[in-house]
Amino acid sequence: MSDKVGQALPPAKPEPEKVRMATVWLDGCSGCHMSLLDTDERLIELAQRVTVVWGPLVDPKEFPKDVDVTLVEGAISSEEDLHRIKMVRARTKLLISLGDCAVTGNVPAMRNQFGPDAVLRRAYLENTALDPQIPREIVPPLLSAVRPVHEVVPVDVFIPGCPPSADLIFSVLSELVEGKAVNPAAKFG
Amino acid sequence: MTIEELRKIAEAEREAQKKYQHHVCVCIAAGCLSSGGDLVRDAIQKEVVESGMKSEVLVKGVGCMGLCSAGPLVSVESDGKMYAGVTPEEAPDIVGSLDTGAGGPAECPTNVPFFERQKKIVLENSGKIDPERIEDYIAHDGYRALVGVIGEMSPRQVVDEVIKSGLRGRGGAGYPTGLKWSTVAKTGEQEKYVVCNADEGDPGAFMDRAVLESDPHRVLEGMAIAAYAVGAQKGYIYVRAEYPLAVSHLKTAIRQATRLGLLGNDICGSRFSFHIDIRLGAGAFVCGEETALIASIEGKRGTPRPRPPYPAESGLWDCPTLINNVETFANVAPIIRNGAAWFASIGTEKSKGTKVFALAGRVTNTGLIEVPMGITLREVVQEIGGGIPDGKRCKAVQTGGPSGGCIPERHMDLPVDYESLKGVGSMMGSGGMIVMDETSCMVDVAKYFMEFCMSESCGKCVPCRAGTQQMHSILQKITNGEASPADLALLEELCDLVRNTSLCGLGQGAPTPVLTTLANFRDEYDSHIEGRGCPAGVCQGANRNGKEAAQ
Amino acid sequence: MSAKAPVRVKTLTIDGREVGAREDQTILEVATENGIFIPTLCDLPGLSTVGACRLCLVEVKGARGLLPACVTRVAEGMEVAVNSERLDRYRRGILELLFAERNHVCSVCVVNGHCDLQSLALRLGMTHVHFPYQYPRLPVDASHERFVVDHNRCILCARCVRVCDEIEGAHTWDIMSRGVDCRVITDLAQPWGKSESCTGCGKCVQVCPTGALSEKGKSVAEMSKRRQFLPYLTLMREGRR
Repeated sequence: MSDKVGQALPPAKPEPEKVRMATVWLDGCSGCHMSLLDTDERLIELAQRVTVVWGPLVDPKEFPKDVDVTLVEGAISSEEDLHRIKMVRARTKLLISLGDCAVTGNVPAMRNQFGPDAVLRRAYLENTALDPQIPREIVPPLLSAVRPVHEVVPVDVFIPGCPPSADLIFSVLSELVEGKAVNPAAKFG
Repeated sequence: MTIEELRKIAEAEREAQKKYQHHVCVCIAAGCLSSGGDLVRDAIQKEVVESGMKSEVLVKGVGCMGLCSAGPLVSVESDGKMYAGVTPEEAPDIVGSLDTGAGGPAECPTNVPFFERQKKIVLENSGKIDPERIEDYIAHDGYRALVGVIGEMSPRQVVDEVIKSGLRGRGGAGYPTGLKWSTVAKTGEQEKYVVCNADEGDPGAFMDRAVLESDPHRVLEGMAIAAYAVGAQKGYIYVRAEYPLAVSHLKTAIRQATRLGLLGNDICGSRFSFHIDIRLGAGAFVCGEETALIASIEGKRGTPRPRPPYPAESGLWDCPTLINNVETFANVAPIIRNGAAWFASIGTEKSKGTKVFALAGRVTNTGLIEVPMGITLREVVQEIGGGIPDGKRCKAVQTGGPSGGCIPERHMDLPVDYESLKGVGSMMGSGGMIVMDETSCMVDVAKYFMEFCMSESCGKCVPCRAGTQQMHSILQKITNGEASPADLALLEELCDLVRNTSLCGLGQGAPTPVLTTLANFRDEYDSHIEGRGCPAGVCQGANRNGKEAAQ
Repeated sequence: MSAKAPVRVKTLTIDGREVGAREDQTILEVATENGIFIPTLCDLPGLSTVGACRLCLVEVKGARGLLPACVTRVAEGMEVAVNSERLDRYRRGILELLFAERNHVCSVCVVNGHCDLQSLALRLGMTHVHFPYQYPRLPVDASHERFVVDHNRCILCARCVRVCDEIEGAHTWDIMSRGVDCRVITDLAQPWGKSESCTGCGKCVQVCPTGALSEKGKSVAEMSKRRQFLPYLTLMREGRR
């Protein structure tokens, strides 16, 4: 989406200088992505400097190999999350934990008190009227405990908040593209 | 009670004991009791009666003789023989050998370094007197110091004598006892308390238990002298309920001393009154910390509070309170009796007198020992302890309990005194001494003590409560072979945090076993982390993961 | 507290600033009076001090270690440092230990936006917790008709214990067990709703720094604490600090 907006504007700078950014959606509610979109018209400003190379709304099927910045929303809950975050980390220069799920585990981690089996039972057996069964193939296996991103791979920047405000996300991103070191102060929750 | 009356009691007792040709002492302190010391005593007594030697042989149940691992112990005072591992069936042999001098069961030699290298002040009566008879204590110079002090010395003179002796707190930190006494004495005329800390809780340590079981009057006498010196009227002994024998002997002793007018109102006809009560601890390690102990006596939850104010200024029920450890009080009467100069002649320049240790771990002779300050660790381990069994090599000695540290073999020639032990990152502590050989994994040792601190944390302050849990889980990860160098860095960060921010000594000392093992045995930590397994072969998880990594 | 006792004053410096104080004041009181911020979670003016949270530790020149500002009395010529790289590090560490110890899920908390723990994390610049989260399984007791205790959010500051004992005089609250197993309890670990000593005054709820104690009927971020009553009540109890 931001690519399209970017193309609508006269290209101010040559393409190679743009920051290659990706966004990843793991175990979260997508609220942090919504908050990113809530930067509204400032996205146009960002698009001058940033090109989104991967994300929930971007077409490529494979995560690119040389990403400058990746924003990660969500906690690490399943084996798929674990696999993806390791791959993302390996291909990203600067990894940002975006929002409380990524930073603290937040709501997804509340299941750690009783474990994944209880969650699956509740979701697929107790609350299903028709043919209740726990899926074995479509749903990736859940990890025994949900962890915040930095307990699994090194994280460079943390943006707490549930969700972080659009203003905060924008200020972090604009400081980043200007090459400044960022250390956002924001409240959890 | 006058000094003359006291002498009469002593003489009468000595005369009564002299009538017996043989004194057979059977240890019935907790160690030997657990292996049947009481049955042995009864069997010997029965044998004596049956063989018609009742008027020749005195059979005594006595306190700890030290060599606890070889119990039940029996000593025959007349011929100086000691028998180890005695069973009731061997009673006839022992009784039979009394007159003939031969044919007894396996003898335990007493002319060995374990006995000869020791110096007994605190334990001088231990294993010799019947702890349940005040007359026996009096016959061994008991209460002479107290009666003398009340009749002849001013409180100030008593304090000065203790200051001159150089005695330091035996509970662990080594605070000068005389200084503490003079502080409490200076608080003027008001309600004051003397408290004896008998909440011994270090794993494997049983020095105070042995003193209380074997010679309870010595502690009461020390407390009474202290009360006289600082101007207190009331004393408490805070003893853990897990020491039922000590409690029972203390109760008997208090009753006997009160009956003779050595405790209670107007002691020895003076205006000095001193009452002692016992308070039982419910097994919380932290109640050995003085402010937590005071809270517990007051009936509150046993948690420490920040100091100052120190108990000397504001302690029990906000009154000035003198708190000393059992062993500290046990040193007082001999100091008064023999003079400060005598005491100060024993030990090193800054650490005077002796120290009782509970020697344990990978060493041939385990048990209770009393050694002069300044003796080297090597002498303790190799000579008194009889070296390491099975031809193994000594790797480290752990002193100071869960707040203490592991001293590596290369420091074995270090003198045992407060400053030297502190200098190598450990501490004197209350007297636990655990010897380790190459079959001990130092990470596992650190984990053991951390687990202890974690479960004994009172939970009041955040760094100790939550920090020990974090440190323990990292150590668990290391011993499982699942840790990374980042975990080790986190462990070191937590050590620094918990040590410097915790409220009391338990939290501040909790990182010490980790810090000293990290400083001296870092390669063992690295081996667990880098997949090379546990060098000592203790940590199965690390070995398993190590092998997997190698494949 | 007699009117005749002369008031002695001391002069000291806090972070290089000269300040005057009554001799019976603590470093924390004097700092607060002078607008110098020292973080704390267990201290609350009007209640006794316990020195438990360790966040108010300060450096005092000549002292053997760090001292808790909430219980340390001022002294003449004392040189206090309340801000340093080391103190910052320790304070963030302690705060992170608290967040990792139990389940502080701000986003679904009744006091989100009005929480002492949450705002302190913001103020001290805590962006994440670098100690592993422990995720203990802890109960919620909603048996009281008006209040709820959620142990997931309790930091064991014991403000509830103190206000109930010292101000309300009921001593319904206390703490049980040891170490990380500690929990605030009502009566002898009875459900709050069954407590016979609880007067239902709600002071504990108001002084609680987090969402551990809250009023029923409030949803996420809907509850804020009202503590105005404390100064008035304590003022009437002469002799209490």
